[in-house]
Amino acid sequence: MADKIFRVNMSDLTTSIEAVPEAWAGHGGRGLTSTIVAAEVEPTCHPLGPLNKLVFAPGLLSGTVAASSGRLSAGAKSPLTGGIKESNAGGTAAQYLARCGCKALIIEGQPADDKWYSVALTADSITVTEETELVGKGNYEVAKALSGRAEGKCAVITIGVAGEMKMMAANLSVMDPDGNLRSNGRGGLGAVMGAKKLKYITIDPGDNKIEVAKPEDFKTANRAFAKSLVNNPVSQTLATYGTNALVNVINEAGALPTKNFTLGQFDGHDKISGETMYDIIQERGGKPKHNCHAGCVIQCSQIYNDKDKNFKTAGFEYESIWAMGADCCVDNLDDIAEADYLMDDIGIDTIETSVAIGVAMEAGLLEFGDGPGACRLIRDEIGKGTPLGRIIGNGAGSVGAAFGITRVPVVKNQAIPAYDPRAVKGMAITYATTPMGGDHTAGYAVTANILGVGGNVDPLSKDGQIELSRNLQIATAAIDSTGMCLFVAFAALDDAECLPALIDLINARYGLSLTGDDVTNLGKSILKTERAFNQAAGLNNADDRLPEFFYSEPLPPHNTVVDFTPEEIDSFWNF
Amino acid sequence: MKITVKLFAYFRDNRFVAEVRDYLPETTPGDIIDELGIDRDEIGICMINSRHARFDTALQEHDILAIFPVIGGG
Repeated sequence: MADKIFRVNMSDLTTSIEAVPEAWAGHGGRGLTSTIVAAEVEPTCHPLGPLNKLVFAPGLLSGTVAASSGRLSAGAKSPLTGGIKESNAGGTAAQYLARCGCKALIIEGQPADDKWYSVALTADSITVTEETELVGKGNYEVAKALSGRAEGKCAVITIGVAGEMKMMAANLSVMDPDGNLRSNGRGGLGAVMGAKKLKYITIDPGDNKIEVAKPEDFKTANRAFAKSLVNNPVSQTLATYGTNALVNVINEAGALPTKNFTLGQFDGHDKISGETMYDIIQERGGKPKHNCHAGCVIQCSQIYNDKDKNFKTAGFEYESIWAMGADCCVDNLDDIAEADYLMDDIGIDTIETSVAIGVAMEAGLLEFGDGPGACRLIRDEIGKGTPLGRIIGNGAGSVGAAFGITRVPVVKNQAIPAYDPRAVKGMAITYATTPMGGDHTAGYAVTANILGVGGNVDPLSKDGQIELSRNLQIATAAIDSTGMCLFVAFAALDDAECLPALIDLINARYGLSLTGDDVTNLGKSILKTERAFNQAAGLNNADDRLPEFFYSEPLPPHNTVVDFTPEEIDSFWNF
Repeated sequence: MKITVKLFAYFRDNRFVAEVRDYLPETTPGDIIDELGIDRDEIGICMINSRHARFDTALQEHDILAIFPVIGGG
C-alpha cells in the first residue's frame, strides 16, 4: 500500500485522500511539514486565519520497529514567531499515522460557524464530526474520554483550553501509551488548531502494519542501531535521572538562567535536580524510567507522584523544571510538578509560559519564588482566559510588552530555554539563527560546550561556535525528518556505528541507497526551505539577533556577555 | 590544601554529595577521582570553579572540583 496524503478542509468540512506528490516522496517528519508549509501556505497570511495550514507528519521510520523512531512533527506558520514552525513530540500518534499509510495530514481552511469539530483517521478513511461534549475540557479529560469511546486502541492529538482560546503559547498534546500526555510544545501550534475549530484528532490503524522493502537488512540495521543507543552512557543516565540530570551540570557551569536571566546559578538547584527527583520518585512509588512511545530504548520519561503517592505528572523535563524552577526561583519540586500538570492539562507550552511568568515576576506581578502563586496564575488566569491570563498565555514577549519590561528573553518572540547564551555561546548562535525562534533543540551546542559530547568547545569563547551550531542544525533537521528522537544524537556524535546504522534503516525501509552526504544535503535543504519561508513572511537577518541585554548585562558567575558581531551571526548561513 | 569536592548523579551513591577535603599541594582532579574509586572512563565532565578542567590540572587552595558522569538531556 502506497503512502497517501490525508487532507481536511475545515471551511466546507470536506476531506480527501491523495497520492503523494513526487517532490514530497523523499521527505518525512520536519522535512515534510516544512516542505508542505512552504509549498502551500501564503507566507504573509495571518497564522490564525483560514490561509494557514496545520500539517502533521510521522518520520521516515515511524511505525516500524526501529528503536526510538516514534516522533511526530507538526508544522504551520507560527502565531508566536510569525515564521515557519516545526515542533515534534513523542506519544503514539506518529506510529499510528504511519501504520495508516498517512505520510502527512493537512488541516486547512476555517469553519464559518462557531461549532467545534473532531477528525477521525483510519487507513482508508478520514471524517469530520461536530464535537460538543469535550469542548472546554482539559487534555487529561479528553484523553481519558476518548480512550473510553474507542473500541480498540487509538492515538489522540488534542488541544486544551489554551488552544481553544488561541493563546500564542498553546501546544498540541499527544497521548502516550499510558494515556498521559506529550507535547508539540513550541510556537503556538495549539492556537492554529484552535483557529481551525478542531478540538482533537483520533487515529486508528486497525491491524495495518508498515511494509518494509528489505526486512532482513532492516532487522540487521536495527540490531546495530538499538545496541548503539542502549550502550551509550548518556542513554543510561537519561533513564535514571531523566533530562533533569542537567540542572546540576548547567548550574555548575554557570549557565542556568536564574531570576529572569539575571544570574547563571540558582541557590536551590539541588532541590530541583534530577538526583533529588529520582529519590522522590522512588520514595513515592513513581517510575523513574518510562517510554513516551512504544519501542523507545532510551526511556527518559518518568511518572512523578505527589506526596500521597498518586499520579501528579509525566514527562517531567529539564526545560520545564528549569523554567518554573530556576527562572522563577521556585525551589519546591512539588510546586513545579503541579505547574507542569496544570500546563499539560490546559495545553500550554511549559517553557514559554514559565518564562513569561518569570518576566511577570520581574514586573512585580508576584514575588520570585512564589510557586503556589505561579500555579494560581496558570489555573485561574490562563486556564480561565482572564485578560491577565491571555497576556501571559501569549508568551514572554506579550508580558514584556504589557508591563514595559525590557529584559525579555526571546528570539523571534519565542522564549529562550534553559541555557544562557552568555555562558554557552554555541547556543547564542543557535537561538539567533534557527528559523524556529528561541529553540534549544534546533542545534544543541550544549553537547560540545558543556557535556563533552561530540568534542569540546570552550563555552565562554566565540571560537568554533558558528561552525558547531551550523553542523548541529543541519544534522538536527535531518534527524527530525526520520522520526527518531533527537537523543539518538548523543550516540551518533560519539559512536561511529550509530549513524551508518540509521542510514541503513532508512535504506532498508524504502529500498534506497542513501549515503551520509545525502542526509547532510537533506538537512541543509530543509534549513534553506524554512529560511526562505521566513524571509517571504517578512523576517530578515535583523530578526536573527538576541535581545539587547545579552550583549550589555554580564552574567554572573563568569560575567560574560554575547559578543558575536552581526556579520559573524549572519555568516552562519554560508553553506 | 582545602578542596571542595562535589559529586553528581550516581557518583554520589555510597560516597557523598559535597565535602571539603584536605589534599597535598599539586593534587590533580585525576588523583582525587582515583582516590574516590571512580573509573576515569566514566567521567563525563570535570570542572574546577565552574570551568572545564583536565585530569592533570594542578588544584589550588579553596578550589571547587565538580565531578559528573557522562550526562545528556535537553
